[in-house]
This record gives sequence, structure tokens and C-alpha cells, in this order.
Amino acid sequence: MKRLRFNQQEIVFAVFAVLFLAFSIFLRGFLTPENMLTLLQNVAVLGILGLAMALVVIGRGIDISLIAALAVPPGLVLQMVQNGHSLPASLLTAVLLTIAFGLVNGWLIAYAEVPSLFATLATGLLLAGLGQAALFQLDVVQWSDGMQGFERLGQGTILGIPTSIVMFAIACVVVAFLLRQTRWGAYIYAIGDNPYAARVTGIPSRPIIVLQYVVAALIGCFAGLVMAASVNSMPTRVFNSTLIYDVILVVVLGGIGLSGGRGGVLNVIIGTLLIGTMLNGMTIMDISYAGQNLVKGVVLLLAVITDSFLNPRNEETAQQGDI
Amino acid sequence: MKYAVRTAKVIAAALGLAAIAAPALAQQGLDEPFQKPFKESLAGKTVAYVPVAMNFDLTEGWYAGMKKELEPYGVKFEIRDPNWNTNAGAQAVTSLISEKPAVMVIHNPDVQTYAKLLQRAENEGIYVIQINMGSAYRSSAFVGANWIEIGEKDTEAVVKACQGKSNKIAIVQGALSAAASAYTLKGVENVLAKHPEIKVVSSQAADWDAAKAKAITQTVLKQNPDLCGIVGFWDGMDIGTAAAVKEAGLTGKVFVATSGGGERKGACELVKSGAFDLNLSYDVPTQAAQMAGTIKWLLSSGAKAGSIKGSEYTTLIPITKENADSQTACWNLSDLKK
Repeated sequence: MKRLRFNQQEIVFAVFAVLFLAFSIFLRGFLTPENMLTLLQNVAVLGILGLAMALVVIGRGIDISLIAALAVPPGLVLQMVQNGHSLPASLLTAVLLTIAFGLVNGWLIAYAEVPSLFATLATGLLLAGLGQAALFQLDVVQWSDGMQGFERLGQGTILGIPTSIVMFAIACVVVAFLLRQTRWGAYIYAIGDNPYAARVTGIPSRPIIVLQYVVAALIGCFAGLVMAASVNSMPTRVFNSTLIYDVILVVVLGGIGLSGGRGGVLNVIIGTLLIGTMLNGMTIMDISYAGQNLVKGVVLLLAVITDSFLNPRNEETAQQGDI
Repeated sequence: MKYAVRTAKVIAAALGLAAIAAPALAQQGLDEPFQKPFKESLAGKTVAYVPVAMNFDLTEGWYAGMKKELEPYGVKFEIRDPNWNTNAGAQAVTSLISEKPAVMVIHNPDVQTYAKLLQRAENEGIYVIQINMGSAYRSSAFVGANWIEIGEKDTEAVVKACQGKSNKIAIVQGALSAAASAYTLKGVENVLAKHPEIKVVSSQAADWDAAKAKAITQTVLKQNPDLCGIVGFWDGMDIGTAAAVKEAGLTGKVFVATSGGGERKGACELVKSGAFDLNLSYDVPTQAAQMAGTIKWLLSSGAKAGSIKGSEYTTLIPITKENADSQTACWNLSDLKK
């Protein structure tokens, strides 16, 4: 079994390598430094979201509400600034809203023991609905003069590297540190591997789960700010898009088993790179939208099938509502 | 005698005064015979409004504009917001048919879904006004933009800007299922057929999504740094297209043409900043006024629903650097809501 699991990462990486090589040879203009930077830049936000999702999935959960956390609090920042509030005050409000949202998610899952899939599905709708009904005047919240300077978070370059890539790198370092260097990170792996065993050994599993969703929501909010800065607006309707599937695709494709306890930041990076390469290559080839969806769907399906073969459900700890 | 003369004078003066005042006092105002039936035909009537979604400049603007025009006459407004969900929209239309409002104002998500339903509604005696995105069924009235014309005009501008340059252009479409996107593309094709020298290096759908539009445009610009123009299909999405052009340092070198409802923040401000070179506006307040006018006309005409059919295509306002500063080229949603 152990050998096989080792193979899964290899498979994903091999697919990425083959695809990358093929594009480099057959696609003119693919293997240029500029295109490589564009490729990364285009998936940076997706990668940041992937980190948040990885954190939750490793702890044997899933967070469908990530896109709401991406759309609503950053949208609120733009809206408040547009209405004349100061940028720091707006940011603070958004962060508080995000934390409150993460707490609700975590409480529902850890204490009320609602399966994470259903809990976050509902809370995501709730937050998106709240945004539409009470917070935003329009779906697309436009940039206003008060936001001047803040667009640097998603535009321009730092030492020649596009800022959004730098943001992704920072997020990677932070999450890797949390997972690998802190006791809290070790607890997440323990809970994901076997929640009952974790509890029996005295790990404060409920507070850890709550914390996990709070951090995921905060990372989601950060991704939203980077995205808003990069397109100079916050299209809050992104909640209705299929972005969440892309995020799951990144995580599963990268080799983080949905049954929890495995994987890390490196897997997210591999998954993001593979998606980035696919999207970039298909855009250069000018493949139609339907064709791109088809390819993405097939790849996700293959990844999920491979995942369930290589990381079979643990019959002893699996329960109703688990992914 | 003196007394008699004075009396006569007074009488004469009084008579003279009376003569001047007489028409005003004696005759009553002329009744305008048509205003009362007009008012009666509007009072208490229900207008049901089914946009593809609320909360964006176009649908909010239409709603505010129609409400302002019709509510003072006692017309009741009902919104059914399907929030981009085509099924929810079809259900809303179906349930409205049995509720029998006087008029349905319908913003179609695509050409087919509502077509049969709208026909049924008119058979039931409900006037159907389709706005901006029509269906395959032709109802009492269509008020909205001519997408083919938008595609043609945007492309003509891009082709002109490309003269003497690389002749390479990119197209950023909306969602593939949307009629507006497909019609606009037809307009683009119409012009390109006349200009074989133009090479389309990329024609992709960005799903009305600014982030996707930005990603696509970035990749295209890296592959074709000598691109001379981009035809975008909606300003709300092309804010991403423009951001990509700006980041590549090509603002002013790549001509970005797009279209939209002409709301100040989304249109004029962005043209002013150089993000867009041309934004064809289908001026939402004017559209709203035409919708309201059509509703007034239909209700007061007493015509049988579906017995007369006509169209009001919107006259487009091209917003460029020249008029982006003017007060009239764009509109503010907050003003319309007042």
C-alpha cells in the first residue's frame, strides 16, 4: 500500500512533466520565461485557495464555502471604501467578518457535528446571500479612489516577479510552516488520519477543527483581496461559478487524499502547476470553451478515481457524510 | 343728471370688465377625452419583471427607470429574481402565467428556454415585452440592444485601429450559451468577412468573468505582443481584459473595444482612465424609458396581446475619450434610484 501511495504523487508529477514537455516541444511560445510567469500568475489565486482547501481536506473535511469567503469580505472592503469609509477600517471589518464566518463553520462541524460538506454548502450560500441582499449595491463592486495603492497586492511585479505569484509563495510558506513546524499542524494530520484515535490520545480535536476553518476562511479572504486587486474590481458573482470545482481539482490532482491525513503544500503546488499548464496550453492552442471543460472534467474524473484506488476509505473510521 | 352720467360710466366700466373676464368665468375647461381612460387602463395593473438576475447595473437600472415612470400611475411592480438560474427563471415565468399580470417584462437568458412560455403568456392575454436579450418567439415588443450591430461597430473600430499595424486581433466572448454573446460574435464575423487581412489569434469565452478574461488576455498578449486590438463583449468582464493590457504595458497600443450599459463607474471612468478605447453604451435609462413607454402604450391601446408586434432597438452611444467627461454620456445608478 505504501508503495502505491508513493506512486500516486509520482503519477501526478509524471503527467505534469509529460504535458509540460509536450507543450514545450510542440507549442511555440510556451517555454518562454514570460509565458511561464503568466502561467503562474493565472493560477496564483487558485493556488492560494488550494492551500486553504488542503488545510481542511488534510483534517478530513471539505470547505465548499471558500468561494463565499473569497467573494464577500473583499467585496465588502471595496464597497465600504466606495461608500467613504477608510481602507484600514474596511479591511478590519472584512477580517472580522471572515473570522466570524470561519467560527460558524467550525462550530457547526466540530460541535454540532454537521458533516462538513453540508455545513459549508449552507453557510456559503448564507454568506453569499447576505452579501447580495445587504452588503453590495451591485454584483461587480468597482474599484474607487480610496483604494489607491492597494492594487499593488495583485498587479505589478516585485523583483521582476508578478506580485500575485509572490503572494502565492508567501501563502505557501505560511501554510507549510503551520502544517509542518507547529504542534497545531501535527494535530490536523492526526485528526485527519483518525479522528477517534486523535481524540482518545487527548488532542483537543474540536477547537483544532474550528481553528482550521477560521484559517481556511482567512486564506480565502486573502485570495479574494489578491484577485480583486488584480482585476481592479470584485465580481462577487464568482460565487455562482465553477471555481470551487477547480479548487478541489487542484487539491485532489495534487495527491491530497479526500479521506484526510495525507499530503501537504507541495501537493497543492504540483496540482496548481498541472492545472496552470493545462489552462495555459489550451489557451495558446485556442481550444474552445466546451473542449476545455471536457478536458478538465476528464482529468478530474481520472484524479478522483485514482485517489479512491490509492487512498481507499478507512472502513473503521469512515462515516456518513464523509467525502 | 351728473349722477346719471356717473352711474352710466360705472356701468360701462363694469360691463367692459365683465367682457374681458367673461370667457374665463363663463366657460369651463375643455376635457381631454383620452387621459381618463389612459389612467384607468394603468391604475392597479401589475407589471411582472423577470431579469436574468438583479444586482447588476443593467437590471437595476431598468427596474429603477420603469418604476419611476409607472408607479405614480398606480402600476404595481413585481420582481422575480432567478439569480442567473435558468430553471428558476422558467419556473417564475410559468407561475406568473397563472397569476395573470397585465404585462411581463422578460430578460431572456437564452433564445429557447422561455420561448414557448412567452407564447403561452400572450395567448392568455398577457403582454410580453422582451428586453435586451430576446427569445425565438416574437412578442408584443422587444426593447433592447442590437447585438449584431454592437459586434459590427466594435470590430470596425478595432479593424480601423489596426490599420498599418500587425492586423492581429483577439476576441473575448461572454458565456457560450448566452444569445447576446452569440449575436455579437455574428456581428464580429460579418465585419471580419470583409477584412481578410485581419487575423484572429484567439477567440475564447471568458464566461462574463473578469478574472478569466484577464487570464486569457495575459496569455494571448504574451504570445502576440504585437496584438493591435481586442473585441470584448461586455465592459463588466473586460475590466479584466483591460487590466491585462495595462499590466503588459500596452495601454494605448492595443485597442480595447467593448460594450455595456453605460453606468458611470463601469463605462465612462474606465474610458477616461484609458482602460477602454471604445465602449458602446446601450444607455440603460433611455432603454428603461422606452420600456415604460411601451407598457403605457400597450395598456392604453387595449390591443389584444400578441396581435401587434414591434421592436425598439436601442440607439447606441459610442463612449470614447472625447465624450467620457461629459455629464450626459453616462448615468449614475444612484440618480436613477432617487
